[in-house]
Amino acid sequence: MFRFLPLVLKNSWRNRRRTTLTILSISISLALLGTMMAIYHAFYLSDVPQSQALRLVVRNRISLAVPMPEFYAEKIRQIPGVQEVAPYQWFGGVYKDQRETKNMFARFAVDPEKLITVRGEMKIPEDQKQAFIHDRTGCLMGKVLADKLGLHVGDRVLIKGDIFAVNLEFTLRAIFEAPENNEVLYFSRKYLEEALGGRMQGNVGTFWILADSPSSVPRIAKAVDDTFDNSPVRTKTESERAFALSFIAFLGNVKVILLSICGAVTFTILLVSANTIAMSVRERVREVGVLKTLGYTRGLILSIILGEAVSISILGGAFGLAIASLLCGVVRQGPAFSDDLKRLSIQPPVAIACLLVAAFIGLISAFVPAWNASRISIVEALRSSE
Amino acid sequence: MAIPVAYNLRNLIVRKTTTIMTALGIALTVAVLLAILAMVGGLRSSLESTGNPLHVLVMRKGANAELSSVVTPALFQDLKFKPGIVASKSGEPMASLEMVTVINLESVDAPQGMNVTLRGISALGLEMRPDLKLLSGRWFEPGKREVVVGEAIEKRFPGARVGRKLRFGRGEWEVVGIMSAGRSANNSEIFADLNQVSADYQRADALSSVLLRATDAITANALINDIKNDRKLNMEAISEKAYYEAQTVSGRLIETLGIFVAIIMGIGSSFAAMNTMYAAVARRGKEIGTLRVLGFSRGSILFSFFVESVLLAVLGGLLGCILVLPLNGLTTGVGNFITFSEIDFNFRVTPQIMGYGVVFAMILGALGGLFPARNASRKEILVALRGA
Repeated sequence: MFRFLPLVLKNSWRNRRRTTLTILSISISLALLGTMMAIYHAFYLSDVPQSQALRLVVRNRISLAVPMPEFYAEKIRQIPGVQEVAPYQWFGGVYKDQRETKNMFARFAVDPEKLITVRGEMKIPEDQKQAFIHDRTGCLMGKVLADKLGLHVGDRVLIKGDIFAVNLEFTLRAIFEAPENNEVLYFSRKYLEEALGGRMQGNVGTFWILADSPSSVPRIAKAVDDTFDNSPVRTKTESERAFALSFIAFLGNVKVILLSICGAVTFTILLVSANTIAMSVRERVREVGVLKTLGYTRGLILSIILGEAVSISILGGAFGLAIASLLCGVVRQGPAFSDDLKRLSIQPPVAIACLLVAAFIGLISAFVPAWNASRISIVEALRSSE
Repeated sequence: MAIPVAYNLRNLIVRKTTTIMTALGIALTVAVLLAILAMVGGLRSSLESTGNPLHVLVMRKGANAELSSVVTPALFQDLKFKPGIVASKSGEPMASLEMVTVINLESVDAPQGMNVTLRGISALGLEMRPDLKLLSGRWFEPGKREVVVGEAIEKRFPGARVGRKLRFGRGEWEVVGIMSAGRSANNSEIFADLNQVSADYQRADALSSVLLRATDAITANALINDIKNDRKLNMEAISEKAYYEAQTVSGRLIETLGIFVAIIMGIGSSFAAMNTMYAAVARRGKEIGTLRVLGFSRGSILFSFFVESVLLAVLGGLLGCILVLPLNGLTTGVGNFITFSEIDFNFRVTPQIMGYGVVFAMILGALGGLFPARNASRKEILVALRGA
């Protein structure tokens, strides 16, 4: 079979302009398909990072924007399997100029020691850790974020309040390194409560729970919600992963949007490549007649034409993947909206799926013209004028 | 002299398989763009048609949404007597103290529940919104645990029908009516009696916002400045229209995604159109030669092939418009990060959007047709006539 590879390659390079255009067109469409699949994979199919597998988030059942009583933490801690409960209060606010995407990052008021236990994957130098715990007006931020903002330990950070009508000034006491969730600033809840003059009234936005093992996560989620089922403030507890996905679901039906774009793109490439291949086969009917006279069988002619189509579309697919990984880089630079997008890259399963789609498209689109060409009679083929 | 367009049309018809395939490719590209534009357009029109330009919304300083704002009844008394507020039928100033919170309704599509805005409102507040119409049932009675739901909610949440009960706050509430608010965001809200709601949430002293109606546009501006500069009040005032318009940012992410996708698909499709046109030029060498012999200039050949490519693309564009038409009127919801609740709206495939789609297709066709057309016009007559 591979004996005919040079013939296949030579044939596909015969009309250079057309082949180049086809490859370009397939690669651009596949780049898009690859990026969409990478996003889909990151959201719905990727493995949960080890550090996240142990964490749960509790929020008010009504809405994330409505707080819960602080004393819930004590009740949650009594549930078997719960190692630590850390209260988080979203602060919002504005850092310098909100229009610059690097200035849009999350800010949470937390209990420093509990936060450090619950987010055990954060690496913080010991002296910085102590400084952050002991300075009421200190703050902690991810290294990625600190580098972006050009801040160093000891620098001042001013956040203007919007939800809370106070401006807070912090000293950057510690910088952590972690595999994910880096673009965030943490500070002490005590500082916020003092600044507000007791207006928090013992309320908290969310609780983050550290479980003892991944297998107890679903049980704890249910136990927490059952505990508060008959209270005026009911809760909703889910794994950190599910919590992050609920934000994405908030943008609309992202799954359907992604899948329909993928579908439209695939169908478009199919049309484009079927069209080109049909054109190039039609031009060569006479040649097929010559090949047949030389003794090439029907099956061989079919596979030569199919091979040409598949090699063009796989080449397009490979270029497409290269462009897709560039596009993923662009997405990574976007605002800190979803941590999954911050780490977007083309994973091996996505790459394989893309190449398979490319090969499949090549096969499907070439099948009808190749079949017709292989079945044409020698006399008819030789007489063909095109 | 120009070559008649009928020549190009006939050519497209003769090569119908290729024409249809290329046009379909362009059609799908246009359809993706239009679907997203129709969605974002629906969201925009819903938010932009909410809010009366004479209405002034007053919230706590620093709050960017009614949800995060707090207004005390004492402040309301001060606000009510600001100059420039219209008097209602009963002679009181048109000022409505309202409480807004978000509740979680469980639905068939979303078993974990969806967030919906609940608005506690007085009779005066309803009077200030003349666009509100009852579709069925009646308005809630003061002092009773009754709610009226917007029609968009009634469509999406099977539990929200007249006679059914919703569970939120401290117990159950009976649905007594369905209201329509045109295309406005109130369609995705639930209305109930202010006193009843604020008692349920223990917020009788911490309500959300005040809506005022000014006598005219100039007074509305003056009123806004007056409230902003009143240090004792420490409140923020904004025109109701501007408030809702600012919320259209919710659609921006999806819009950006849609345009990004459409442009990339567009590049792919214009390459495809280029391929088709090159093939057309290659096959019609003799025709081109003949046209030249007949006296058509290089320029008119260039123009003719260019027009053919654009025609092909317009065909695709129109097909794309037809493909998205079934979306028109389809209801969908999108989360709003400012109010933390869902806004329901309809896809709106307007003539304007379809116009954009056709223009986009024409650009694709023009990009794809330019080089092949130049190639055609450069053929030497003898070579062209002798060619295949």
